[in-house]
This record gives sequence, structure tokens and C-alpha cells, in this order.
Amino acid sequence: MRIVLTFVTSVLFGTGLIISGLANPAKVLSFLDVAGAWDPSLLLTMGAAVITTGLGYAWVLRRHRPILGDAFQFPTATAIDPKLVLGAALFGTGWGLVGYCPGPALVALSLGNLETIIFIAAMLAGMFAARALPSLSARLLPASARGKRIT
Amino acid sequence: MNATYFTPYTSILGGILIGAAAVLLMAFTGRIAGVSGFVSRLLPPYADDQTPVRLAFVAGLLAAAPLYTLLTGGGVPHTVTGSSALLVAGGLLVGFGTVTGSGCTSGHGVCGIARLSPRSLVATASFMATGIATVFVARHLLGV
Repeated sequence: MRIVLTFVTSVLFGTGLIISGLANPAKVLSFLDVAGAWDPSLLLTMGAAVITTGLGYAWVLRRHRPILGDAFQFPTATAIDPKLVLGAALFGTGWGLVGYCPGPALVALSLGNLETIIFIAAMLAGMFAARALPSLSARLLPASARGKRIT
Repeated sequence: MNATYFTPYTSILGGILIGAAAVLLMAFTGRIAGVSGFVSRLLPPYADDQTPVRLAFVAGLLAAAPLYTLLTGGGVPHTVTGSSALLVAGGLLVGFGTVTGSGCTSGHGVCGIARLSPRSLVATASFMATGIATVFVARHLLGV
């Protein structure tokens, strides 16, 4: 049941990405091009998504637990550290180069273009590298030389 | 690349659907709708009992475009660069950055901001700033 509902929800999510224009890299780059022929459409998308989610969360979280689960799960990290800021900055740079973020890239993957396949392959490699890096540095460096990692 | 036109109604409708999906996922499964989190935890060596749920989420995103075309008869608007160098560099940065920064446009930009998470507000400001700066440099300084 959880799997079916996650699938249906995700189809809805992907449909929202298509209808809004977020699944179109040209639209994303026009949205980020504030000094050029700026297309603010996706600002409205972000606003509508945030307001809908905020109101919906407030309503849903009055329950003690999810309908199909034991507990609501939120990220526990609270630190605003260089890892968060730099990671997001690198993500934004890649987003600005091509116009894909992870969700829209996966939605576009089924359109069957070679460009999307290349992007997804590189994205998965980047994710794998980022996940491998902390354990690699743990193996190579003595504990005293390592900064504290908050994950 | 192609200029695009202001589409307020469809873009607001799309945003409401994205938000509704995030709310439903929380209501039923108690989870944040964070695409990069779902995808990156499918890669080895990550193992817990959530793999089927993550696969279902990815499958739903993959099914969205064919279902949209089937139901509406319309195509999915999509124009992307043909430069392999840009695609590889962009993909690596998006993958590495979202794992390092613990989220992307969905997890930080929508779900995180909706619950006023300070981390997500900072992360979203960061990726919006570098996204805008990258497009500015590419289009207006380098003329790509």
C-alpha cells in the first residue's frame, strides 16, 4: 500500500513539474536569467508549491502519525555549516549550466533523449562520489586531521 | 537557447500539484518529498528497508511524462543543451552538490521552506544565487 501510494503521489509530483514548466530546461534557464529576457513563471510555481505544502503540512501534522506509518520523519540536522552552503552552491551551479535539477531530469528521462541520459549518468556518478568521499577521507586521514562532519 | 513565455496559470497550477503531492506523501508515509534523497539512497552501498518505496518514487517520476501524453494528447515541452561537456559538468555538480548539501529544489526549496527550516532557507538562497550567477556568466559574459 505504501509503495502504491508513493508511486501515485510521485506521478502527481511529476505531472506538476511538467505542467509548471520545470521539466523544461529552457524554461528554467529563462527563470534564472534575471538580467536577460527573464521569465518569472517558475517563481509563481515555487510560491504556489511552498504555500500549498505549508498549509497542507500544518493540517496533516495535527495527526500523531502518518496514515500508513509509525511516525513523521523530518531531517534532524540543524547546523548551518560550510558543507550545506557549499553543497547547495555546487548544485546551483550545475542547475544553471543545464537547467535540470534531479526531479525534472528523471521526468525528462522517459522522453528518451540522449542528452538527458548523459546528464542522469553524470548526476548518479556525482552522487556516488559525494557519498564515497566521507568514508574515503576517513580511511586516508587520521581522526585528528579531520574536521567534524555533520551529516 | 530559446526564449520562453510567461505562463502564470499553468505554472501556478503545476506548483499546486507539486505541493499537493508533497502533502500527500507526508500524510500517508510521513516522508519529505526530496528527490535527490530518494535517488541517492538507491545507490550502493546504501541498504535499509526503504528501497522499494524509493524505487516507487523514481518509477512515478519516470511514468509522469508518458501518462501525461497519454491522457492529454499533448507533448512535454522540453529544450535542452546539446553540449555533452555542459551536460556532464552539470550532472556531476548537481549530483555531488545535492548529496553534499543534503537536498535539492524539492527537499530544500519546497518542503524545507514550507516548514521554515533555517537550513533549507540557507541552502535555497545558496543554490538560487549560484544558479542565477552561472546563467549570468554563461549568457551575458561568455555569450554561450
